[in-house]
Amino acid sequence: MTSSPAQQKQAPRAAGRRVMKLDERLAGYKGVWVFVEYERGQVHPVSWELLGEGRKLADALNVELAAVLLGSPSDAIRDCCDQAIHFGADLCYLACHPTLKDYRNAPYTTVLTELVNRYCPEILLLGATTLGRDLAGSVATTLKTGLTADCTGLVIDPENRGLAATRPTFGGSLLCTIVTLNYRPQMATVRPRVMAMPVADATRTGRVVEHPVAIVEESIATKILEFIPDDRVAEAQLPFADIIVSGGRGMKRQDNFRLIHDLARVLGAEVGASRPVIQAGWVGPERQVGQSGKTVRPRLYIAAGISGAVQHRVGMDKSDVIVAINEDANAPIFDFAHYGIVGNAMTILPALTQAFTEHLKARKRAG
Amino acid sequence: MHILVCIKQVPDSAQIRVHPVTNTIMRQGVPAIVNPYDLYALEEALRLKDRYRARVTALCMGPPQAEAALRKALAFGADEAILLTDRAFAGADTLATSYALSAAIRQVHKGLPVDLVFAGKQTIDGDTAQVGPGIATRLDMQLLTYVSKIVSLDPAAREIVVHRRSEGGVQVLKTQLPALITVLEGINEMRFASLTDMLRAERHALALWSKDDAHIDDATKIGLKGSPTAVSKVFAPTPTNRRAEIIETQSGQPIDLAATLVAKLFSNRPDVALAINPSPTPDGSSL
Repeated sequence: MTSSPAQQKQAPRAAGRRVMKLDERLAGYKGVWVFVEYERGQVHPVSWELLGEGRKLADALNVELAAVLLGSPSDAIRDCCDQAIHFGADLCYLACHPTLKDYRNAPYTTVLTELVNRYCPEILLLGATTLGRDLAGSVATTLKTGLTADCTGLVIDPENRGLAATRPTFGGSLLCTIVTLNYRPQMATVRPRVMAMPVADATRTGRVVEHPVAIVEESIATKILEFIPDDRVAEAQLPFADIIVSGGRGMKRQDNFRLIHDLARVLGAEVGASRPVIQAGWVGPERQVGQSGKTVRPRLYIAAGISGAVQHRVGMDKSDVIVAINEDANAPIFDFAHYGIVGNAMTILPALTQAFTEHLKARKRAG
Repeated sequence: MHILVCIKQVPDSAQIRVHPVTNTIMRQGVPAIVNPYDLYALEEALRLKDRYRARVTALCMGPPQAEAALRKALAFGADEAILLTDRAFAGADTLATSYALSAAIRQVHKGLPVDLVFAGKQTIDGDTAQVGPGIATRLDMQLLTYVSKIVSLDPAAREIVVHRRSEGGVQVLKTQLPALITVLEGINEMRFASLTDMLRAERHALALWSKDDAHIDDATKIGLKGSPTAVSKVFAPTPTNRRAEIIETQSGQPIDLAATLVAKLFSNRPDVALAINPSPTPDGSSL
C-alpha cells in the first residue's frame, strides 16, 4: 500500500525543512541487515519474512543483504546461516559465544551495537517480537538513531535512498509514513505475518563473516534461572494458524463465545477476538487480533459479530479468505470480507458448525 | 526502596474517529485517559510499596492537562507526582522522549535513589514499546520487559526475580537493582480509589518540572530537534475495491445460508478448504 509512486514522491517533500541530506560519514553506511532471531535451536519465522522484504530493499538500493545471527556455538546455528542465505541473504554475520546462548538484553545489545558500528549498515530490520522489540529499543538508543515500530510497509524513496516506513497510528485508525533524518542505520521492526514468507532457494550461496565476542559471564547482571515452555495446546498460536474463528462485541455475552469455540473445534481453528471482547474480559489478551493485538494471515478467517474497525482490520486483512457474519448490512467488515452473511451470529454460528461438520464428513467418506 | 512509575496520558483510541471525507483525526470530545498498560505498572509498584514500605513516585511527560493522569496515580496511592512539561519537548519521538524522561529520573535519583522503574509494556497511542528500553539503556539499568510476574524481591541483596514473557515460553530471570520493568496486561488487578483518596489527591502538591528543572542543558537532544525520525505523511488505509459476496437464500434460514456458504467455499476455494484439518476429538476419532 506504500508502493505507489505518488506516495513515494511525497516523502521527502513532506519532511519539509528538516535535514534530509546525509553527513558524509553517514553516507558511508551501506547495506541492509536483518537480525535473525535464533532461540533454542530455532529461527523465528518472522526473520525469514524479513529477509524476503530485506531482499527487495537491498535490490532497490543495489546493495548487499546481510543476516545477523547471535547465539552459542553450535552446528545448528551454522545451518541457520545457510538457511538465511537460501532465504535471500548475500552474507551472514555470525557471533557465537556461550554468553549469547539465550536472549538477554545486555549482551545482545552489546554485540549487535558492535557489529553495526564496525560494518555500518544503512538499514537494520528486526521482528516486532518480545525479543526484537526489547533489543531494538536498546540498540537504537545506544546508537542514538531512529527506530520505527510495527511497520506494515517498507519502501526505498528513490530520490534520497532513504527508508520510508509505514505503520498504523492512533490505534490503527490511520497509517503514517516515517522517515529517518540525518541518522544511520535506519531501524524498523515488523510484526510476524505482516510480510509474506519468501521461497527458499537451496542453490543460493553466500559468505559467513564471524564476529569475535569478548564478554565475560561475570559482567552480565541478568541470569536466566529457567525457561518454562508454553503448553503448545493451551497457548494461542494465532499468528501462524491456518484457520481462525473470531468473535466481536456482536457476540453480546461471554457465554455466547462457546459458539465460536464450537465452530473452531470442528475446523481445527484457533479462536480470536476483537478489542472490545478483550476489554470485557470474555477471552484472554493473547487472543486479540488487531493493531493492539496480533497480526494474522490465515487461509480462512471467520469474523462473527465484528464490525471491522480499522484497529481490527489491520491485523487480519491479509487473510486469504474472510467470511463475515454481522447483523448490520452496512458494517465496514463487508467492505473487505470475501463472503458475508447478514444475520445474527448466535443463530448463524451453530448453523455453520453443522454445515461444516457435514461437509467434512462427506469429504472424509469420499477419501 | 524507591520506585518510580512512568505514566502517559493518551487519547482513548477506542473513541478516535477518522473524518470520512478529510481523513483527519477527529480529536474533539475524545477523552484523555491514563494509558491502560501503565495502570498495571502503577498497581505493581503500589503492591511493592504495601509490602516493603517503598516510596512510589509517578512521572509523566506531557502537556499541562496531563496533570489529571498524575492526580489519578496519587489517588491510587503514589506518594509523589512529577509532571515534566515544557514546550521544548513538543514533537519528541521515542529517542527524544527517553532522553527527557531519563534526565528527570536522574534528578529524582539525586533526591532519593531510585531502585526500580516501572512502565507499561507500551502505550495505546504510539504502540512502540520503545521508551522503556530507551530509559533503561540511558540510565544503565537492567531491563526486564514483558514481565508477567514478580516472583521475589530481596531489597537487602538488591535482587529481583521475574517471569518474562518470551516467544514460546516464559524466562525466569534474576537480576540486580536498579532495574526497569515493563509489565504485561493482566499481571494484577487494579485497586479502587475511594472518594477520600481522590479528594486527597486533588489537594496533593504536584511538581511541575520544566526542562531546566530536569537539568537538560542540551536542547538539541529533546523535542523535534532531538528526534531522528519524522512523520512524512499521515493517511487513511486505502479502501479495497472488494465488496463481500453476501450469501442469500430463498428461505433466509440460518441453516440454508450456512450450507450455501460452505458449499461455495469448498467449490470456489478448494485450496482453503484443504487447509481445514479438524483436530482429533478427545476420544481419538476425527471428523
